[in-house]
Amino acid sequence: MNVQSPEKNGSDGRAVLSARGVSKSFGAVEALKNVDFAVRSGEVVALIGDNGAGKSTFINAITGVFAPDAGEITFEGEPVRFGSPHDARERGIETVYQDLAVAPQLDAVGNIFLGRERYRPGFLGWLGFLDQPRMRQETEEQLSELNVRIRDLGKPLSTFSGGQRQGVAVARAVMWASKVVIMDEPTAALGVAQVEMVLDLIRRVRETGIPVVFISHNMPHVFDVADRICVLRLGEMVTELDPKKNTTDDAVAAMTGAVRTRRGGAR
Amino acid sequence: MTGPQTDPGQTQEPGRRLAGLSSVLIVGILAFLVVVFTILNGTAFLNFGNFVNIAVDASVLLLLGVGMTFVIITAGIDLSVGSVLVLSGVVGGQVMVALSGTSEQVQNYQFPNQAIGIPAGIAAGLLTGLVFGLFNGLLITRLKMQPFIVTLGTLGIGLGLAQILTGGTNVRFVPTAIQSQIGTREFFGFLPVPVVISLVVAVIAGVVLAKCGFGRYTYAIGSNAEAARRVGIDVDRHLLKVYALSGLLAGLAGLLDLSRFNTTSIGAHTADNLASISAVVIGGTSLFGGIGTMIGTVVGTFIPAVLRNGFIIQGVQAFWQEVAVGVVLILAVFIDQRRRSAEERM
Ligand SMILES: Nc1ncnc2c1ncn2[C@@H]1O[C@H](COP(=O)(O)OP(=O)(O)O)[C@@H](O)[C@H]1O
Ligand SMILES: [Mg+2]
Repeated sequence: MNVQSPEKNGSDGRAVLSARGVSKSFGAVEALKNVDFAVRSGEVVALIGDNGAGKSTFINAITGVFAPDAGEITFEGEPVRFGSPHDARERGIETVYQDLAVAPQLDAVGNIFLGRERYRPGFLGWLGFLDQPRMRQETEEQLSELNVRIRDLGKPLSTFSGGQRQGVAVARAVMWASKVVIMDEPTAALGVAQVEMVLDLIRRVRETGIPVVFISHNMPHVFDVADRICVLRLGEMVTELDPKKNTTDDAVAAMTGAVRTRRGGAR
Repeated sequence: MTGPQTDPGQTQEPGRRLAGLSSVLIVGILAFLVVVFTILNGTAFLNFGNFVNIAVDASVLLLLGVGMTFVIITAGIDLSVGSVLVLSGVVGGQVMVALSGTSEQVQNYQFPNQAIGIPAGIAAGLLTGLVFGLFNGLLITRLKMQPFIVTLGTLGIGLGLAQILTGGTNVRFVPTAIQSQIGTREFFGFLPVPVVISLVVAVIAGVVLAKCGFGRYTYAIGSNAEAARRVGIDVDRHLLKVYALSGLLAGLAGLLDLSRFNTTSIGAHTADNLASISAVVIGGTSLFGGIGTMIGTVVGTFIPAVLRNGFIIQGVQAFWQEVAVGVVLILAVFIDQRRRSAEERM
C-alpha cells in the first residue's frame, strides 16, 4: 500500500492552490474537519468521497461561495480569502459547481459570457448595447479550439438535457480558466460520448499546465484521468491514493471506511 | 455539449414549442378580437379614430406594464404601481397648483407662474415615483423581504399618503395647460401625446431589455439569481434599479393621467396593479422569471383595451370585459406553467 500523508501535499512548494486546516460546520453537522489539500501545476487531482463526505462543501469553501470556519487558503504562494466566487474567477480559478450555476433561460453564449459581456464598440457600447455577434463568434472559436460541441448556441439551456447543460458549464469553466479548473461531478449526468469528451478536455487542460481538481463518484472516470486521488470521508481527508498503484477497490474501501487487510488495501 | 455525433432526436422539446405557441397565441387573440369586433360593428369599430382612442386608453396602463415587465422577469412583483401612480399625480398636481399662482388666482383658473409650476410639478411627480420604487427595492434587497409583501405594504402607504395629502378629494385647479399641451394634444393633428409618450417609453425599454446589458442581467437574475451572483453580477443593485424603474414609470403614468383629466383620480386606480400584471402575463412574461418580451406586454395591454372598447361599441355591459380578461389571464398562466413543468422534466 502506497499512501502518502495528506499533510505532505499541503506543504508542497509548487502548489498553485492549497488549503490548510479547513473546517466548516452547518449547525451541528461538521461538514469539513481540518482538511489539507493542494493542487500543483499540470496535474489532475481527483477528489472522491461518498455522498455527504463534504466534497462540494470543500469546493464552496475554497472558491468563496462561503467562508470556511477555520483554515487558510493559499493561491500562488500567498494567502487569499475569496469573498465571492467572482473573486476566485478574477484570479483565474474557474469552477463547475455541482448545481451548475447556469441561467436556464439564457442561451449557451449568454451563459458563457455571463458577467463578462462584450459591448459594442463606440457610442452604442457606452449606451450598454451588447455585441452579440462577437460573443457568439468568440464562443464558436473557443469551443472549436477545445473540440467541444454544443448543440445549439442560440437556444435557451432550458431546452437542453441535463448532460448538455453540464457540457456548457464545463466549457465555460475551461474557456475562462487561466490558473485552476475545479469540476464538481462534471460527468454525473453525461452519456458515454459526452463523458469521453469531458475527460479528454480535462487532459487537454492539463497539457496546458493548468491543474484540474476533478470530483467524481465514478471510479473508472477517476482512474482514467487522475494523477492523484484524494479521499474525503465524513469531512476528513483520510488518505491519498496513486491511481497507478492502487485499485478501484482501494478507493471504495477508503471512501466507505471499510478495513481492508488483503493485498494492500486502504486502512 | 454532445458527443461527436449530435443527437437531433432530443432537440424537439415541449418547452420551446409552448413558448413559441404562447407568443403566437396572444397576437392571434388580439387579431381575432379585432376581426370579431369589425364583423360585429363594422366601421364603428374599425376606424383610425377608434384605434387612437383605444391607444389613449391603454397608454397609462402600458407605462405601468413596461416597468412591470422588468420586475416580473426578475421573478419579482410590484403591487404598488397603482397607488404610486395616484400619489405621484397628487404630489405633481399639488406642486403645480401651489407654484403656478396664488390660491386666488388658480381658483379663477389663472396660472401666472405655470412656467415654473408645471415643470416643478412634473419633477415632483417623477421624483415621488422614483423614491417609492427605490424604497421598494431597498426593502426587498437589503431586508431580504418578499416583493409581494413589500409592495403590498407600499401600496397601502402610497394610497394612504395620497388621501392624507388631499383629504380624500381630488386635486382641483391644476393648470389647464398640461391638458391642452400634453393630455389631449395631438401631434400632426392625429397622434395623441400620451400615446406617443407611452410607445416611445415601451420601444426604448424593449430595446434595453433585448439588446443591452441591463436587459441581459434582468433575464439572468430571474433565471437563476445565484448563478448571476457567482459570476459577479451585483444582483441587489440590479434589483434596486429595476424596482426604481417601475416606480419612476408609475410616477410618469400618474402625470400622464393628471394631464389627461386635468385632475387626479384617486379612486380609479385600485386595480391598476392587477391590470398591468395581467397585461404582462398575457403578453407571455413568466411569473417564474427569466422569460418575457416588451412586444408581448404591448399586445397584452391592448387585448383588454380592445375588449373594453369593442364591448362598449357593441353595447355589451362593460363588466363582461373583466370576465373575458380573466379568462385570457388564466389561459396565459396555464401556458406558462405547462412550459415551466415541461422544462423541469428535461
Ligand atoms: N448549506 C448547507 N446547510 C446545511 N448542511 C449542509 C449544507 N451544505 C452541505 N451540508 C451538509 O454537509 C455535508 C457535506 O455535504 P456535501 O459537501 O454536499 O457532500 P458531497 O458533495 O461530498 O456529497 C452533508 O452532511 C450535508 O448535508
Ligand atoms: Mg457534492
